[in-house]
Amino acid sequence: MLLLSIALMYACSKSEDEVTPEEEKIAFSVPSNFPAPAYNFEDNKLSNAGFALGKKLFYDARLSADKSVSCGSCHQQFAAFTQLDHKVSHGVNNCQGKRNTPPLFNLAWQKAFFWDGGVKNIETSPLNAITDACEMGTDIQTIVALLKNTAPYPDLFKQAFGSTEINSQLILKSIAQFTAVLVSGNSKYDQVIRKEAGASFTASELAGYNLFKEKCTSCHAEPFFTDFSYRSNGLDLMSADEGRSHITGLASDFGKFRVPTLRNIEYTSPYMHDGRFYSLDEVLEHYNSGVNASTNLDTQLKNGIPLSTTEKEQIKAFLKTLTDNEFIKNKLFAES
Amino acid sequence: MKLSPYFLALLCPIILLSSCKKDSNEVTADAKSTFSIEFENQVNGSPLVLNTTTYQNAKGEDFKINVFKYYVSNIKLSKADGTTYLIPESYFLIDASKAESTNITLKDVPVGDYTKIEYTIGVDYARNFAGAQTGALDPINGMFWTWNSGYIFVKLEGTSPQSPATGNTLTFHIGGVTDPNNTIKTFATEINAANPLRVRTDGKPNMHFIVNAAALFTGKTDISFSTLYFTMGGANSVIVANNYANGLFRLDHIHN
Repeated sequence: MLLLSIALMYACSKSEDEVTPEEEKIAFSVPSNFPAPAYNFEDNKLSNAGFALGKKLFYDARLSADKSVSCGSCHQQFAAFTQLDHKVSHGVNNCQGKRNTPPLFNLAWQKAFFWDGGVKNIETSPLNAITDACEMGTDIQTIVALLKNTAPYPDLFKQAFGSTEINSQLILKSIAQFTAVLVSGNSKYDQVIRKEAGASFTASELAGYNLFKEKCTSCHAEPFFTDFSYRSNGLDLMSADEGRSHITGLASDFGKFRVPTLRNIEYTSPYMHDGRFYSLDEVLEHYNSGVNASTNLDTQLKNGIPLSTTEKEQIKAFLKTLTDNEFIKNKLFAES
Repeated sequence: MKLSPYFLALLCPIILLSSCKKDSNEVTADAKSTFSIEFENQVNGSPLVLNTTTYQNAKGEDFKINVFKYYVSNIKLSKADGTTYLIPESYFLIDASKAESTNITLKDVPVGDYTKIEYTIGVDYARNFAGAQTGALDPINGMFWTWNSGYIFVKLEGTSPQSPATGNTLTFHIGGVTDPNNTIKTFATEINAANPLRVRTDGKPNMHFIVNAAALFTGKTDISFSTLYFTMGGANSVIVANNYANGLFRLDHIHN
C-alpha cells in the first residue's frame, strides 16, 4: 500500500513537471482599476502556442538585417521593456536611432504607437521597427522567407494557427499575442487604489500623490499616467525633431510628442523622446526651472511647474510607487 | 410529454417564418456567378511599357515609368432599379509588372443586369488603421507605410530629365486618409443600358477598363516634374489624387 502511494505520488509529480509551465494558461487580465482595453483579441484569439511563438519572434535576433538585434534588444524586461542607459535606440550596424525606446506594457489600451503616434494598431507596430534602417533594417518579406526555412518555426506556426503556412499576418498577430499580454497593473500605487489589504502610502508618498494630482495629472492622467495626447514640454526653444507634425503635416504639431506613461519610471531611464535626462531629478528640475518657450509649448507649462526641494522628493517618492516588480520579474515574459 | 403553451406560441411564428422564406425564394433569386475585370494600363493611349518607353506629361516633359501599382477596392454594382450589391472583401492590387494582377475575378456575385459600377481608388479608411492584413493588403506588397499607418493607394515611380532629384527620379506614392490630406477617391461609371453587365450562371462577362497612368499629372492641375517629383502623402499627394480621380479609369467595353 505504501509502495502504491509512493508510485502514485511519483506519477503525479512527474506529469505535473511535464505540464508546467507550458500549460499555464496565458491570459489577458484587466486590472480592476483599468478601463476596457482598445485591443481585445477579437480577431486574434489568444492561445498558449500563439503567445509562445510571439515571444520567440520577439527575442529572435535573426530577424534583423545583420542578425544582431531582436525586439528584445531594445525592449528589455528588467527596464520595463525599454532599453536601459540608451538615450536612443541602438539598431543594426551600430546605427543610432533618433528617439528613445518606449517601454512596452499596457499597449492593449493604446490607440496610437511610437512617440509621434504614427502607427495606429498594435499588430502593425513591429513593422516600423523591422523596416527602420536604424532598428532592424530589414523587411517583412525577408523575415517570412527566413522563418519558412528555419526550424522549428513552421511547426510553431502550426501549433499556433493550425497550419505550417507562414505569412506576415500570422507573424504580426503572434507578436501581438505577446505584446498585448504585457500588462503592468500591480504596483504599490495600484494596490493602494484598489484598497488591497496591507497596502498604504507612506506620508511622503501620499504627499507626493496629492502634489501629483495637483500639478501633473492634466497630462499624466491615471490610471495609465498619460492621457495619450501629443504636447510640447519646452525641452528646446526650437525642437531638433519635428515630432508629431511628421505624421499630421500640421505646423501646430511641430515638436510635440506623445505624453509618456510614468508607470515603472524608476526603471525606464533615460527620459524624454531623445533620452536627454538620466535621472528623475533632472526631469523635475526641467519642469521647475528649464521649460523653454517653444513654438507649440503646452499652455499649462508656460510658467513651468514650480517645485520646492521637498515637493520634488515627495513626487519622486510617489513615482516610485508606480514600479511593478511582479511585471518586471514575471518569468512568463522573459526570454526562455 | 406535455408541451407548454408558451413554448408552442414561440414555435408557431418560427414555423410560419421559415415556411414564408421557403415559398418566396425562387431558385434563380439566389443564383450567383462570376465576372472579371481587365485593367489595361496605358499612357495617353499607348500601351504602358515599364522602364524603356518614353512618354510625355501634359507639360510636354519626357518621363519613363518603372513602377505602377494601385489598389481597387470595395467594388459596388448597381441595377437600373437602384438596388446595389457591394462585393464583400473586394481588395485588389493591380501591378503593371505582374500581368496576372491586371485581370481580376469577382466571384459569388448575384446574377442580374448591372448598369453602374463604382469602386474606391485605394483602400477605405478603416483598413488603413486595422490590424495585420493578408492577401492584396499584405504589407509584403510594398504598399503599406510602416511609420505612419496607411496604404499607398497609387504608386508610380520613374524618371524624367526634368526631375531635380538624384538620378532624375520620380516618386509618387499617393495615400493618406485624414483631413486635410485625405486622398481616398471613388470612381463611378454608368454602364450603357443597352449592354449592361449581364452576370449569368451560364456566362462570365468581362469588363475592360483603360487605365491611363498619365492621369496622375493632369486633369485639375498640370504637373511639372521640375517642381513636383516626390510625394509620399501630404498636400502634394492630394493634388495628384484630385488629378486621377476622374481620369485614371475609363470603361472601354464589356464582353457579355
